[in-house]
Amino acid sequence: MRTHRVDVLVVGGGAAGMAAAASAAREGAKTLLVEEGSRLGGVLDQCIHPGFGLHRYREELTGPEFAHRLREDLRGADVWTGQSLLEVEPGRPRARTVGAAGLVEIAAKAVVWAAGARERPLGALRVPGTRPAGIFVAGLAQRLVNIHGLLPGRRALVVGSGDIGLIMARRLHLEGVEVTGVVEIRPYPGGLLRNVVQCLDDFGIPLLLSHTVVEVHGRGRLSGVTLAEVDGSGIPRPETGRFVEVDTLIISVGLVPEVEGIPFAPRDPATGGLAASTRLQTPVPWLFAAGNCLAPFDLVDTVATLGERAGTAAARYARRGLSPAPTVALGRGPGVAVLVPSFLVPGEEVTLYLRASLPLAQARVTVGPDGFGRVVRGVRPAEMIEVRLSPEETKALARSRNVTVEVTTLR
Amino acid sequence: MARKHKTKANGVAGASIVVVGAGVVGSLVARELTRYEGEVRIVEREPDVGWGVTKANSAIVHAGFHERPGTCSARFCVEGNAVFADVCRDLEVPFGRTGAYVLALAEGERAVLEELRGRGEELGVPGLALLDGGEVRKRLPDVNPEVVAALWAPSVGITEPWALAVAAAENAVANGAILHVGEEVTGLTVHGGRVRAVRTDQATYDVDAVVNAAGLAADRIAALAGITVPGLTPRRGEYLLLVDVPPSLREAVLFPVPTAHSKGILVVPTVDGGLLLGPTAADLPPTQREATETTVEGLAFALNGARRLVPDLPVGKVVKVFAGLRPEPADGDFWLGETDIRGFYQAAGMRSPGLTAAPAIARWLAGEIAADLGLAPRPSFSPLRLALPRAADLPPAEWNALIARDPRYGRIVCRCNRVTEGEIAAAIGRGARTVDGVKFRTRAGFGRCQGGTCTDRILALLARETGRDPEEVPVQGPGSALVVGRVR
Ligand SMILES: Cc1cc2nc3c(=O)[nH]c(=O)nc-3n(C[C@H](O)[C@H](O)[C@H](O)COP(=O)(O)OP(=O)(O)OC[C@H]3O[C@@H](n4cnc5c(N)ncnc54)[C@H](O)[C@@H]3O)c2cc1C
Ligand SMILES: Cc1cc2nc3c(=O)[nH]c(=O)nc-3n(C[C@H](O)[C@H](O)[C@H](O)COP(=O)(O)OP(=O)(O)OC[C@H]3O[C@@H](n4cnc5c(N)ncnc54)[C@H](O)[C@@H]3O)c2cc1C
Repeated sequence: MRTHRVDVLVVGGGAAGMAAAASAAREGAKTLLVEEGSRLGGVLDQCIHPGFGLHRYREELTGPEFAHRLREDLRGADVWTGQSLLEVEPGRPRARTVGAAGLVEIAAKAVVWAAGARERPLGALRVPGTRPAGIFVAGLAQRLVNIHGLLPGRRALVVGSGDIGLIMARRLHLEGVEVTGVVEIRPYPGGLLRNVVQCLDDFGIPLLLSHTVVEVHGRGRLSGVTLAEVDGSGIPRPETGRFVEVDTLIISVGLVPEVEGIPFAPRDPATGGLAASTRLQTPVPWLFAAGNCLAPFDLVDTVATLGERAGTAAARYARRGLSPAPTVALGRGPGVAVLVPSFLVPGEEVTLYLRASLPLAQARVTVGPDGFGRVVRGVRPAEMIEVRLSPEETKALARSRNVTVEVTTLR
Repeated sequence: MARKHKTKANGVAGASIVVVGAGVVGSLVARELTRYEGEVRIVEREPDVGWGVTKANSAIVHAGFHERPGTCSARFCVEGNAVFADVCRDLEVPFGRTGAYVLALAEGERAVLEELRGRGEELGVPGLALLDGGEVRKRLPDVNPEVVAALWAPSVGITEPWALAVAAAENAVANGAILHVGEEVTGLTVHGGRVRAVRTDQATYDVDAVVNAAGLAADRIAALAGITVPGLTPRRGEYLLLVDVPPSLREAVLFPVPTAHSKGILVVPTVDGGLLLGPTAADLPPTQREATETTVEGLAFALNGARRLVPDLPVGKVVKVFAGLRPEPADGDFWLGETDIRGFYQAAGMRSPGLTAAPAIARWLAGEIAADLGLAPRPSFSPLRLALPRAADLPPAEWNALIARDPRYGRIVCRCNRVTEGEIAAAIGRGARTVDGVKFRTRAGFGRCQGGTCTDRILALLARETGRDPEEVPVQGPGSALVVGRVR
């Protein structure tokens, strides 16, 4: 097998990987980006709607436009598309990849994992019934429509009101598919309010909160589903069941970080994503992480920022310029569903990204035993909360072994 | 067992035989028949091989100790188990001899283990051993700590049933058989107590013999021949499938002690790194031959039953739920061999352990038919079949050589199971015409994302390689198109 030597290997050519590779190359590291697909962009490539880049470029771009900007910055890095990473060795930064030119072993000094996330399939919800054609995870439907120009069906129901579900409801409606509604098991929408307005309300697509699919019908092709209301703990109430005739079910019920090529890397138990420090360094010192493989992010701008930070840190590590630092573990306390990163380096500035478990009108985010706090208004699980801590604040946390982050309601 | 007619047909040179149904049983029977001179047709109504009962079951190669001595099930289960590894080797089908434990979770269940062991030994099941609770906990750290004893059965194995059906059908075709998929047997012509012809929705074939291997429709095929059979009850078995489970959970097949009705809810490793929990055993009305839907109650029952064996199952790794239907014969045993209608043979009533028994039944039945028709062995027969290359499982040098010959073997389409474009194209070359056909033959779309990442590419490959528009590519049978048209 051919061996190829680099300083930094970046796995995945989505927003996170492109940003990481660009910044690693800017730091002077010999950088290689491998991407399985035939082109760069990751999920951006299929997101033809606007809504990207407001923070980073102060412009509203489409996904492919945003990807294009990141690609422009990539000049200093080598890019191999159509190349899949198979596995990384547990003990050292060596990886096996494959592509149309054969297997290549990459001997690197640092690795940035940026393989994104996959969508949870319907089966994971254990919904009973038949298994006909016509059931698609939202991203697959999005690729069929936006990349292949193919129509998945004629009458659809969307399960899950996260941003992806909402955007697909509108997309299908605009393509002439009759979208009968978006069902959401929780009593509040999973996506941004602006997406509820712009994707559903503007087109008269109903949003059914506290509802779920309890049975799938049809042989060959989907003929319909049974919907039911759920009680306060999310358990369907069978007496509320009703049949909805659809030939297409779009499933958008969450993203699962793609981390299977590095089974040895510690994961966050809540999200299954990689556990990393504020430097985006994992407990495996030569392994860095960026993007949706940490936890699913709402904004590509955040993903790109973290990618850059991971790339810079990896490049410094590769030239032995990243001095080892003690870390303090961050724990999820009450009210917190998702928290990135998992460790912080005392004395370094940090931004915490967290997702609250419940919507709250006014909440307090408390960090650590001494309770650095921030007051946040309009907390919604759909929107990540960013909490910046100054070097002085993180330094003060140095003595604690575990620092817990909490979100509590303020009245 | 078989009602045998002693008189033989007078050495029909180039006898014509139709096998009805290309499940694991029909495909293996057809393959065995190609050991002899004659023309063998396999007629299957589904668009591909192995989509009936063969598609949804526990995939266990049973040892035989669950079966009542003196039955066909017992005899052919033990014989089938003994030859299974060889058949899988010849046909390049996955097989793993994991062994199995039957777990006694209460003192009262010990006696059942004794009984199973006694039965197994009577049947000649090799290597059975009773283990005490401490030993079981040592071997299987994840099992229910209340386990008091277990029966260890080292000859139990696991396989990929549809892969075996596909492999056997391919081997049969390589040996001269003709495979008709998407063609339904609609009638049989019987004359003077002998079957003369098979009518399908597309043609009529004159025959010297017919093999009824029609799975859940076997009683209907028997009725077409004018014979009465004891009746089939569809007995539904529901499952949950987990992927990427830790190896400690995949050591061996785990059984509870059986009930009079079924072998109970099992925990079964799959050959590709997954874990099956199930099956339930619910008898349905005889008309419900396609009722492979899952139910709330069934899935809960399966999950709870599995948790009795292994309390801490990683339920977050469930990616799929499904159900299969057992063709449960009213008399409780397989229907095998020639019937009152001369030339009309059965390999039917294939309840569990029909998969295990299939290779042995096939060998025996083909021998019977050959003897009855006076068929000579065909010297050119080859039992060997090459599987599709599974590129990612090859040693690096071989994978590179494959890529050098055809670069498509370097392009991963299904990331979860590492299936390359080369494999998908090869599967299409061997007859896959549908998304599920590709999936069952290559495992593309069978992994942790369940096809969410690769189905569009598989669709594009199917359309391109078979010269169809994407709208014309079905997922399963007719009327199951994946996409319905173009965007405006
Ligand atoms: C439908 C949808 C709508 C969105 N809308 C918005 C929006 O309006 N505004 C906004 O700001 N954000 C939006 N986002 C969020 C944002 O786009 C994503 O969070 C971000 O693009 C994720 O980037 P990533 O690089 O982490 O992952 P991905 O884009 O998923 O990239 C991962 C890449 O890794 C590759 N890869 C994986 N495994 C391997 C391997 N083994 N070998 C080689 N390559 C591999 C994959 O092929 C993929 O290209 C949206 C996301 C989705 C899905
Ligand atoms: C839940 C469950 C669990 C099981 N577990 C095990 C196990 O662990 N181990 C084991 O050994 N066995 C097991 N079995 C039993 C085993 O799966 C079956 O015995 C075996 O698969 C039967 O294969 P077959 O070829 O007879 O049937 P099938 O696979 O159903 O094949 C029959 C074929 O005939 C076709 N057909 C029907 N009518 C017509 C017609 N008119 N014209 C043309 N074609 C027709 C059908 O389409 C079908 O493809 C299990 C079964 C079930 C349901």
